[in-house]
Amino acid sequence: MPDTPATRAAQATPPSVARKIKGLSDRAIAWIFVGPTIFLLLAINIFPLIWTIRLSFTDFKANRAGREIKNVGLRNYERILTDSDIWLNMQATAHFLFWTIFFQVLIGFTLAYLINKKFKGNDLWTTIIVLPMMLSPAVVGNFWKFLYQPQIGLFNYVIAFFTGKDPSSFEMLGSVQLAPWSIVIVDTWMWTPFVMLICLAGLRSIPDYIYEAAEVDRASKLRQFFTITIPMVLPFLMLAVLFRGIENFKMFDLVVQLTGGGPGSTTELTSINLKREAFEKWRTGYASAYAIILFVTVFGLASIYVKALNKVKER
Amino acid sequence: MRSLHLASVSALTMAAASLGSAAQAEDLTLCWAAWDPANALVELSKEFEAQSGHTMGFEFIPWPNFADRMLNELNSGGKLCDLLIGDSQWIGGGAENGHYVKLNDFFDAEGISMDDFAEATVYAYSTWPKGTPNYYALPAMGDANGWFYRKDWFERDDIKAAFKEAKGRDLAEPKTQKELLEIAQFFQGREIDGNTVYGASIFTERGSEGITMGVTSALYPWGFKYENTPGSYDMEGAVNSPEAVEALEFYKEFYETATPPGYTNSYMGESLDAFKSGQVAMAMNWFAFFPGLFADPDVGGDKIDFFVNPPQNQEGSTLGGQGISVVAYSDKQDAALEYIKWFANPDVQAKWWELGGYSAHNSVLNDPGFKDSAPFAGDFLQAMGSVQDFWQEPAYAELLIAMQKRLHDYIVADQGTAKEALDALVEDWTEVFEDEGKL
Repeated sequence: MPDTPATRAAQATPPSVARKIKGLSDRAIAWIFVGPTIFLLLAINIFPLIWTIRLSFTDFKANRAGREIKNVGLRNYERILTDSDIWLNMQATAHFLFWTIFFQVLIGFTLAYLINKKFKGNDLWTTIIVLPMMLSPAVVGNFWKFLYQPQIGLFNYVIAFFTGKDPSSFEMLGSVQLAPWSIVIVDTWMWTPFVMLICLAGLRSIPDYIYEAAEVDRASKLRQFFTITIPMVLPFLMLAVLFRGIENFKMFDLVVQLTGGGPGSTTELTSINLKREAFEKWRTGYASAYAIILFVTVFGLASIYVKALNKVKER
Repeated sequence: MRSLHLASVSALTMAAASLGSAAQAEDLTLCWAAWDPANALVELSKEFEAQSGHTMGFEFIPWPNFADRMLNELNSGGKLCDLLIGDSQWIGGGAENGHYVKLNDFFDAEGISMDDFAEATVYAYSTWPKGTPNYYALPAMGDANGWFYRKDWFERDDIKAAFKEAKGRDLAEPKTQKELLEIAQFFQGREIDGNTVYGASIFTERGSEGITMGVTSALYPWGFKYENTPGSYDMEGAVNSPEAVEALEFYKEFYETATPPGYTNSYMGESLDAFKSGQVAMAMNWFAFFPGLFADPDVGGDKIDFFVNPPQNQEGSTLGGQGISVVAYSDKQDAALEYIKWFANPDVQAKWWELGGYSAHNSVLNDPGFKDSAPFAGDFLQAMGSVQDFWQEPAYAELLIAMQKRLHDYIVADQGTAKEALDALVEDWTEVFEDEGKL
């Protein structure tokens, strides 16, 4: 018998254990290894999901343990789907999602394209650009709050410098028109580097010989960009969009720090609203139904998107 | 106040004797909000430690997270706090959900009488159902929303003359809500010592309770009622009465025309910052902060003065303050009750006031020297005579969040009219009470 780690382990196994394992099939041994993980998954993911679905049909309140729990059927779902305030929250979330992804992809890809060119200080610039995403969202939210301050905020002074307006004549966080854009700006500032890094990985995965072949065929730079660069980076870009989409759908900390959902409910994203229902109002049954609706929405959209992503990859 | 101080020394000695029989020394934890009076309580509690042999630990949570943190603690049956100085609105939930120990038997056994405390504070901080002799807390910290202003600016001849010329009357502490707005508008955007200053900082915070506490300071003087008949939950015509609509429009006008730019989400901290940094002529805030403001080296002393929330159709101030309760999940209830007994002692209460806490004990409030013991003491007494509180129902959080949303939507986000906001609020509250089975 060769002296390998596997044989040494077999020799070191106590005879009683070895006898027991000997009697087990490969399938049984596989289950022994996989079992604990499956148990944990069931306990941590599946059971809470089933429990949440069950609670969503009740009027349960977690802060009123002694209260009788009534089955309310589909009433929670009906209330949520017919509540105009919740649809406004959905709209605010959609606005935030669309524009953050749009700007992050646009700027992220542009930066990646520029950084991919070989120039002096390339690495230094890459490091500087990725700095924002290394910060905590709570910290970012807090210091942007100061930047947006109408009386002392640097942001207002920069805008005032270019437009000639009085810096304290507009409030980024206090205005209904500007507040939704203020959170888009901050999220874009923070997470564009992430999209840039993924795009950069995509750009660097394109072999040079493809461009060399295109050069031989006298394809213009513009043609090379649209027929080589974009198609080959697209799967990476779509992956970045998926990550950012899922992240921003559950955006909470940054926006809470910046606006707290205000002014009024202008920037109250669904995650903020859900937290209020679940852990401030303690309407656990109602909040469970709300969470299920959001889960189905995200899961449905993500499934469609992943199918599209796989198709792009297969091309 | 010297007589109070001397009396407190002798009574503390007596209290020491009575507490000396404590069977077992415990480590007690008292939970409260992190603010100036909490520091005073730490100081005061040293006496209790010395006398009882128990040691006191403190868990002070910043105000914006106080309700979230503490209510989660109570709802989960947590043992972090043995004693809790909880907000007045929590009393319904504390009592009905079994979070607080009912104190009637203990009060009877120890000879602690609720008649010894200011009636408004007993009603607001201790009883559930409201007004019944079922006590779940001892009034610990009387408080109300009041005002303070830059006395040095009000006394400047050039400013006085400008005000007289602009408004046709002398610049003085406002006697009505409308005068308050007029003065704030006068200061708005004015140049003082080369700086642009603003009228007043008011509460507009969205996340916890800020804008509700600010707006009710206008609603109550206009005669706002939560119900047509107390206990009936009949809100239509009360919550959205013409007076309430007028008061809400007034507050919006105040926010739009007399506050510093950018104060769209401001509460206690922002109000204090605005005043201390010399941005505003006046500010609203809780009386609890007034001792600290008076002692402030930059804006305190001769530069500051205080006034009670001005009346309009009637007198009215928003109630703050808290009672101290024994947490039902504590394993050290006996020691916690000892603390309550000690704290209820009139001389401990006198020292509490001296250190910066607002005692609600009649022996302190009715002391002939009380009114002159601090520049805001008389205003405090006046405010406590006309305080009103928010709902104290077990579902108070749902009721509060609904009001926060409707008010912020109307005042800060400029959506809809005052009438629409209050009508929507009636709908929200009706839904909550229907869910509660009370309608």
